[in-house]
Amino acid sequence: MTLNRRAFIGTGAAAAAVLAAPTVQGASHGKPRVIVVGGGAGGATAARYLAKDSKGEIDVTLIEPTRHYYTCFFSNLYIGGIRDIASIGHSYGTLASEYGINVVHDWAVGIDRDARTVTLAGGAVLPYDRLILSPGIDFVDGAVPGWDVTSQNKMPHAYKAGSQSELLKAQIEAMPEGGTYAMVAPPNPYRCPPGPYERVSMVAHLLKQINPTAKILIADPKPKFSKMALFQEGWGNHYAGMIEWIGPDFGGNNVEVNADEMALSIDGEVTKVDVCNVIPAMKAGRICEVAGITEGNWAPVSGHTMQSRVDENIHVLGDATSQGDMPKSGFSANSQAKVAAMAVRSVLTDSKVFPAKFSNTCWSLIDTDDGVKVGASYQATDEKIAKVDGFISQTGEDAALRKATYEESVGWYEGITTDMFG
Amino acid sequence: MRNNIPLREANTLGGVYRGPSRQDGGGSILKMFARRPLAAVFLFLGGIAHAEEIGDAERGEKIFRECAGCHEVGQGAKNRIGPQLNGIFGRKAASVGDDFFYSKGLQRAANDGLLWDLEHLDAYLENPKALVSGTRMSFRGLKDPQDRHDVLAYLRRFSDNPANIPEAEPTQLPAEVELPPEILAIVGDPEYGEYLASECQTCHQRDGSDQGIPAITRWPVEDFEIAMHAYKKKIRPHPVMQMMAGRLTDEEIATLAAYFKDLE
Repeated sequence: MTLNRRAFIGTGAAAAAVLAAPTVQGASHGKPRVIVVGGGAGGATAARYLAKDSKGEIDVTLIEPTRHYYTCFFSNLYIGGIRDIASIGHSYGTLASEYGINVVHDWAVGIDRDARTVTLAGGAVLPYDRLILSPGIDFVDGAVPGWDVTSQNKMPHAYKAGSQSELLKAQIEAMPEGGTYAMVAPPNPYRCPPGPYERVSMVAHLLKQINPTAKILIADPKPKFSKMALFQEGWGNHYAGMIEWIGPDFGGNNVEVNADEMALSIDGEVTKVDVCNVIPAMKAGRICEVAGITEGNWAPVSGHTMQSRVDENIHVLGDATSQGDMPKSGFSANSQAKVAAMAVRSVLTDSKVFPAKFSNTCWSLIDTDDGVKVGASYQATDEKIAKVDGFISQTGEDAALRKATYEESVGWYEGITTDMFG
Repeated sequence: MRNNIPLREANTLGGVYRGPSRQDGGGSILKMFARRPLAAVFLFLGGIAHAEEIGDAERGEKIFRECAGCHEVGQGAKNRIGPQLNGIFGRKAASVGDDFFYSKGLQRAANDGLLWDLEHLDAYLENPKALVSGTRMSFRGLKDPQDRHDVLAYLRRFSDNPANIPEAEPTQLPAEVELPPEILAIVGDPEYGEYLASECQTCHQRDGSDQGIPAITRWPVEDFEIAMHAYKKKIRPHPVMQMMAGRLTDEEIATLAAYFKDLE
């Protein structure tokens, strides 16, 4: 691109012209309308950037059932006792009052792609010019034999933050002395690849203080997992003898639970446990299936714009997508939301489009002040979102670096939640 | 006059400003000089001590290199990422002049009466955010009291009064990366800047606050570009920033520098 003073002035003139002219798609019914379904890292960010950068030219509606949103990221730190629950809760007040976003607390239950409408559980039918779906994940039925969503009060997943996180923490705190916390880890792909293992670290951190003879058992269908060497080193350093990881070679992929009996069967061997944290296989949030834009468990999208491969009027963000190389994370969803917002604005208000750039970093906390991270940058190709470059923390790093990494993650939390909620 | 200054500082201890309590609960000059009884004796008995008795200024000059990425001191020192530090002793906080943009946190502390005397400079260097929450100074602090005293002894040389500033070049470090004028002359497209900057703002806050990740707003354009090119060439060590800068073109770096310079 050309970058000189003439281009600078030209841009200003073009922007003024856009402000003065009626917009193409919005002409028939006033302002163009965008509906965003889901108020997490993808949806809240997309709504905010659309409203902010279109400077009132786009009518943005955000549909999110909960009035108070708890971030999944840092919810493990709540379980570990390092954060309190209020510190990971956020409201939508600023998005409504400062950005003029129409925030509707309801469930989206139907999508008519031909009529371009979204139906809410409360009965309202809302028309859109562009729809952004950022519904996060749901669980695959029957993924863990013996478990379904009705079991979640006895065997919580705590993989959507809030009351599930509080329940799991309360269960861990109520464990008998020397009791067992078990985790059934999910198969790939799933939300937050290091999440289950940061969870184990934080559970161990809590138990070490309140119940040091307790045991942690992980049944895992995967032969290896995100940051595996870093977690294993950390578990050895901080929680020696407490954590047992059972991979697929030892039956970690052959698991059954009985919630009434609090029983976990691994390869036929039944163990009574005190807490059973079942994290089943995942799929795109249900609304993607309802809209008919999924292939398999996920909604395929183009990396250039985050548009559904099935319907160009729908953009999908975050965990619900299949897009290529990016992990399912809040950071990824936030990054994708900015690309989608730019693409939607360009269609609805004729604003400029620039090449899609994405990035992700996942921090995990192993113990107090022992933070690690992994991350990568990405670009869009016609086939997928493709990794460009990446990095990962190393085993054997000194305590000062680990502390700095943790402090960085705290700064990131403040940054991304401000980027999402204003 | 020069010899009286340390005494004046001693007399201003426990002055108007009370910052947030420090983690170690410290703050008294007695505690601060506990490891240097000799200097303390000089300070309290008659004000005959030379200003440099605070610590070892020669050693402090070396430690100051950590600070010199952002701060200049000496003849002709200018405001850069941080304010210039001539005359810092006894200066009211956030008062270096109109051409430096202070954080709201530091402005608030200044309104509450924060004065840069020995005690408060020592507390600030130990843990900037503990003294001034919301400061944009991205520095974890000098935990060793000796290191702080030595740096302060060095800075004290530039603080007696303007006429006494040693005639040395300001402490600007040689740039980590030499940028040719044609790169520095690039002017970015602000609309592109807004899009590119959105990627930075997942971590770096738009309002310039720093809660674990450095503030990047209001930097001089040249300093911003040098920093990004230093990451790009992997001269600066941070892996996330090396990755982010690594795929930015010269134009994109210039565009970002211009964008963040003017953010409110």
